[in-house]
Amino acid sequence: MSPFFDALLLNAGYNAALVAVGAGLLGFAAGSSGTFLFLRKRALLSDATAHATLPGVGIAFIIMVSLGYDGRSLIGLLIGSAVTAWIGLLMIEWIARRTRLAEDAAIGAVLGSFFGLGIVLLTIIQTMSAGRQAGLEGFLLGSAAGMLYQDAVVIAIGGSLAVFATWLLRRPMTLVAFDAEFAAAMGYNVRRIDLLMMGLVVAVTVIGLKLVGLILIVAMLIIPPVTARFWTDRSDRIIWIAGVFGGLSGYVGAAFSASAPAMPTGPLIVLTAAAIFLVSLVFAPARGVAAVVVRHHRFQRRVHRRQGLLSLSRAEPIREKFTLRLLLRNGLIRPDGVPTDTGRAQAAKVARDERRWDIAREVHQDAGLTGRYDGLTPIEEVFTPDEIRDFDRRLGPPVAVRGFA
Amino acid sequence: MGADFVQFSLTPILIGTFAAIACALPGNFLILRRQALIGDAISHVVLPGIVAAFLITGTLAAIPMLLGAAGAAVVAVILIEAVKRLGGIEPGAAMGVVFTTLFAGGVLLLEQSDASSVHLDVEHALMGNLESLIWFKATGWESLLDPVALATLPHELPRMAVVCVLVIILMLVFWRWLKISTFDEGFAQALGIPVAALGIGLVITAAIAAVAAFDAVGSIIVIAMFICPPAAARLMTNQLEVQVWWSVFFAVLSAVMGYVFAGYGPLWFGSQNAVSAAGMIATVSGIVLGLACLYGPHRSRVGVGREDKAT
Repeated sequence: MSPFFDALLLNAGYNAALVAVGAGLLGFAAGSSGTFLFLRKRALLSDATAHATLPGVGIAFIIMVSLGYDGRSLIGLLIGSAVTAWIGLLMIEWIARRTRLAEDAAIGAVLGSFFGLGIVLLTIIQTMSAGRQAGLEGFLLGSAAGMLYQDAVVIAIGGSLAVFATWLLRRPMTLVAFDAEFAAAMGYNVRRIDLLMMGLVVAVTVIGLKLVGLILIVAMLIIPPVTARFWTDRSDRIIWIAGVFGGLSGYVGAAFSASAPAMPTGPLIVLTAAAIFLVSLVFAPARGVAAVVVRHHRFQRRVHRRQGLLSLSRAEPIREKFTLRLLLRNGLIRPDGVPTDTGRAQAAKVARDERRWDIAREVHQDAGLTGRYDGLTPIEEVFTPDEIRDFDRRLGPPVAVRGFA
Repeated sequence: MGADFVQFSLTPILIGTFAAIACALPGNFLILRRQALIGDAISHVVLPGIVAAFLITGTLAAIPMLLGAAGAAVVAVILIEAVKRLGGIEPGAAMGVVFTTLFAGGVLLLEQSDASSVHLDVEHALMGNLESLIWFKATGWESLLDPVALATLPHELPRMAVVCVLVIILMLVFWRWLKISTFDEGFAQALGIPVAALGIGLVITAAIAAVAAFDAVGSIIVIAMFICPPAAARLMTNQLEVQVWWSVFFAVLSAVMGYVFAGYGPLWFGSQNAVSAAGMIATVSGIVLGLACLYGPHRSRVGVGREDKAT
């Protein structure tokens, strides 16, 4: 474990530290800008974007070599990949808008055919200049091991710009993500904002190509926002929570891969993000599975308790096992089913509140107040003490109820 | 069109064609059901399935590979459904979470095991290797009748042919059910058609086609085959039967033209080396779809008027 902590504390050597910091920055940028894609329910656009970068890499390489430059110049390759990714996105947009095909079909079609074209170009390059081809396949799955200082600088600058643009555009993009028609009515140009959002995604994809590769960058754009969604219902927070989760998975994943030989960086980053996702899915306080189960059980207990008390107040026999167990555990009945004093008192209160609700629904015909009657909301939460006293006056003096005489 | 053609080109063309048809047929329904990207998810999770099968059995035999990949596809579909239900997440994002994670797991397993030193490597899995499936013993067209030569056919060819026939049979048997449940799920339920089981069956059929095609044409190209020919066919007609025929036609066209361009295209430009046939097939299918988007007789949505078209 100690090499892992060394890497986590940036003590595992210059290159490992570079990769870890770069991956952290990239993760933050990808998580925060991917949030809008997720909120707009277009998460898989990133998949098409990522695959559509491949022909750009090939074309840029061929152009640079034929002009006599070194084909491996990262900036040149990234510009090429951004261009084809952008063309791919525009094609998806065009197909979905102008033909009867749905967006998912357009995404799949562009993804498959652009990737096919990219592979054709890669095979051309392989035969073109066998010696200098050197590692274009690295763009498929990433090659963090060979990361240079200037690559890290590219990631740092590009990532910061992407985060800054996300911050600048957060309001219009949130508006469009939640209610595009309202945004249009407010005077925003929805199409332009969508294009800006896609532009951000292209930027992050291109920046991440070298480090995690075009297939796994998709995960960095999708998983952190989905994870963050479990932790908050507020759109202004989800962006930064997603950023933090993305950054964390990038940093920790890179540290893992630095701590052991033959551990590829990209997959480890994705698996770290997936682990955070899984933990959130189960344990997140608001929307996690555990919280939902707990809430369901609490609700179930309330329903059974109320029904049991109502039966007690009417002196009806209770046969339902769970209700019996619950009332017994709460000391409301004795093991032979006879109510205790507390049980009688509580049952009387439930019965009285039920009568109060009857009166309340006669007095207030509007659904706003009495619509909250679901048998579980205490009447004190809906009406003021004055109003309840008024209901009690209308109820009249207490009368002996059968079974309680 | 002599002996060389039979030896080098006949089997790849046939395998590519069978693969294209086997993927395009279920693709028709996936597109109409707005599940096109299930094909995307399946083709990504084929890799971890194959790696897991290799690690468990230690061989690269066909049957364990197919079982592993089909198993991974089913696991992926279940996981996607679980994430969707448990987390309340929209389908696209749930798919993205599941298939990228499984893919990352597959790559990690591959790098950690000895599998990368054997025949199995990531690039092969992504790109396929259609060109290498040549028929060594063939000496000409007459070899088609020669049992000795036939025995040396690449084993991918009979496998792909069997899967293609299986998919066709399944489509024919379940045709009415598929058609009704695709267009009107409520009506299908009222008729007593097991709609949910049918949906899962369709996905599994797609997975089988993807897995069989995967070996020959690579996992990413499979996506193009699932989506491009049926999508192009969708723009040609308003009738399901006609659409399926068009999709088969486009699939065969893409496979044959793609292979010919890849194998002979570079020669026309004076280059000696062929390019990736699988990549070219996907490219051609994309071009076919592009042409259909521009000129297909039924390309626009019903109800889109002339004003809309003008903008």
